[in-house]
Amino acid sequence: MAEAEKAVLEVRNLKVEFPGRRGVATALSEVSLSIRPGEILGVVGESGAGKSMTGLAIQRLLERPGRIAEGEIWLADRRIDKLDDREMERIRGREIGAIFQDPLTSLNPLFTVGSQLTETIRLHLGMGRAEARARAISLLKDVGIPSPEDRVDQYPHQFSGGMRQRVVIALALAASPKLIIADEPTTALDVSIQAQITSLLRKLCKEKRTAVMLVTHDMGVIAETADRIAVMYAGRLVEIGPVDEVLHAPQHPYTRGLMASIPALGARVERLNQIDGSMPRLDAIPDGCAFNPRCKQVGPRCRRERPSLVPSGAGSSACWINAGGTA
Amino acid sequence: MTAMLAQKTHALRVEGLVKTFDVSAPWLNRLVERKPRQHLQAVNDISFEVPLGGCLSLVGESGCGKSTVARLVTGLYSANSGKMQFASGPDGKTLSAQMIFQDPYASLNPRWRVKNIIAEPIRELKLRKSAAEIDERVVELLKTVGLSASDGQKFPHEFSGGQRQRISIARALASEPRFLVCDEPTSALDVSVQAQVLNLMRRLQDEFGLTYLFISHDMSVVRHMSDRIAVMYLGRIVEEGDTEELFARPRHPYTQLLLQTIPNIEKPQRDRITAGGEVPSPFKPPSGCPFHPRCPSATARCSAELPKVRTLASGTRVACHLVQED
Repeated sequence: MAEAEKAVLEVRNLKVEFPGRRGVATALSEVSLSIRPGEILGVVGESGAGKSMTGLAIQRLLERPGRIAEGEIWLADRRIDKLDDREMERIRGREIGAIFQDPLTSLNPLFTVGSQLTETIRLHLGMGRAEARARAISLLKDVGIPSPEDRVDQYPHQFSGGMRQRVVIALALAASPKLIIADEPTTALDVSIQAQITSLLRKLCKEKRTAVMLVTHDMGVIAETADRIAVMYAGRLVEIGPVDEVLHAPQHPYTRGLMASIPALGARVERLNQIDGSMPRLDAIPDGCAFNPRCKQVGPRCRRERPSLVPSGAGSSACWINAGGTA
Repeated sequence: MTAMLAQKTHALRVEGLVKTFDVSAPWLNRLVERKPRQHLQAVNDISFEVPLGGCLSLVGESGCGKSTVARLVTGLYSANSGKMQFASGPDGKTLSAQMIFQDPYASLNPRWRVKNIIAEPIRELKLRKSAAEIDERVVELLKTVGLSASDGQKFPHEFSGGQRQRISIARALASEPRFLVCDEPTSALDVSVQAQVLNLMRRLQDEFGLTYLFISHDMSVVRHMSDRIAVMYLGRIVEEGDTEELFARPRHPYTQLLLQTIPNIEKPQRDRITAGGEVPSPFKPPSGCPFHPRCPSATARCSAELPKVRTLASGTRVACHLVQED
């Protein structure tokens, strides 16, 4: 992949706030990332780290009173964080496809799979009825649904969990979007089905040159699917880099701790490495580096100043230890 | 490991356990729509032994009946047929069992203070006489699971998922059980927190000589925790054996499929070919071996005849026509 290729998605310095009775909670801050065509960016982190929030902010689906307080979101050559709701509606589905965690709730149980697909196709691509139906069938075929000519007239409840998630992927692909945001697409599925879905997603992304933002808490899924990984902690990116480097030579102490706490399949150990404590609440993020109370390598500077992402290893990480100076 | 010393004795022996659920439509619908009664075979002729002081894990995909087995063992469901026998402990009394549930959000009463949640089994079973003794025991339990005494005054919503699972563990330990059934205790937790809870469970096993029946769909967690593993598919155990043996030499094609599909962080296979097919509906289980529609090496015999469970020389029990003794 050429470095010079224009990024499909470019997020610069994104900050999301939730004003509340007890002041403003900052859900995301200083989030900057980009995804190129045909690239899968995996976003990982613990629950509440802001990974889903990032996906929602890009699609402008933040629930009130949440708002984008700072930063820019660029989709290809268009800035989309300031668009009004009507313009944004034309982008969702047409240029950004979405895949959610639960395939049962993301399909309407009252309509056939075919009518949900043709609705999307006709709305976004302006095709006629017959043409749209033909496209729906070919989409179902692309996502590996057997006998799509018959399945297109069936209702979601007639599909199994794995097949439903394939339908949701077909829906996301319906208008050939430039970007797909997949939020925990395999979490509700069993392992053997999960492997089918992740390899399908990877295959389609490479074939159709779609950029994919894959949000998940499962490091295994990321390891097998993503090209690059972004690790989030307490609403910030702590590390971003190529998948093998982040997994095998993590730069940030949090990523190191996270990787070490996964039970290995290869060797058996008596005790797993654990990160003591838990992630801070968003309204009580400590001064300095948000990870400092749990970090084993903490120094005085970590408690005072907040580190930003700086190049380290093959990617970037936000840690004073890697910034060259002293912690 | 504790299990090695106590390999001959078992904490729980289960033989021929069967559980069927009646999932028929209401009688009026059956009458009007002429629908027959419908039964779901959740657990079908299952036998296993849990080694004393060890850990047996049940693994399988959703709907394979592993949680039903957990509920049968703890008496939350009654079995249709089959035998279950707990061994007697050093004091001569039968081992008592307790359970840790999957969802630490739904399994704690939000209106009760943590100290009352933990004290309930103690009060109910009259394990301590005075209120002061109960309070003392609650503090002791909180400290055992790594919480502080003052946490007893708080409500469950003030805790994170991992801390809540610690409270569930403290509650399970309150009745001084020797046998713990853990139904996906870490599935709802993040990996870094999962490591904390798994380490805690291992420490408690050593400290109190606990025996675990561990239920999970996560093969890496299972490998970390268990001495023996039983793989379930559509209500039956298809393979059961020593953890290391099962990971090194999986014999049943389904076990092989399960092990192949685990995402591997150390050696990611990005362009793997995945096995097709899905778990069939338990309402219409396939004839013969339940796995034959998905099995890459199925023969005519597999679709006709249900394979019997055989014990191999390695101690592994496997239900497959194609597995040969080596």
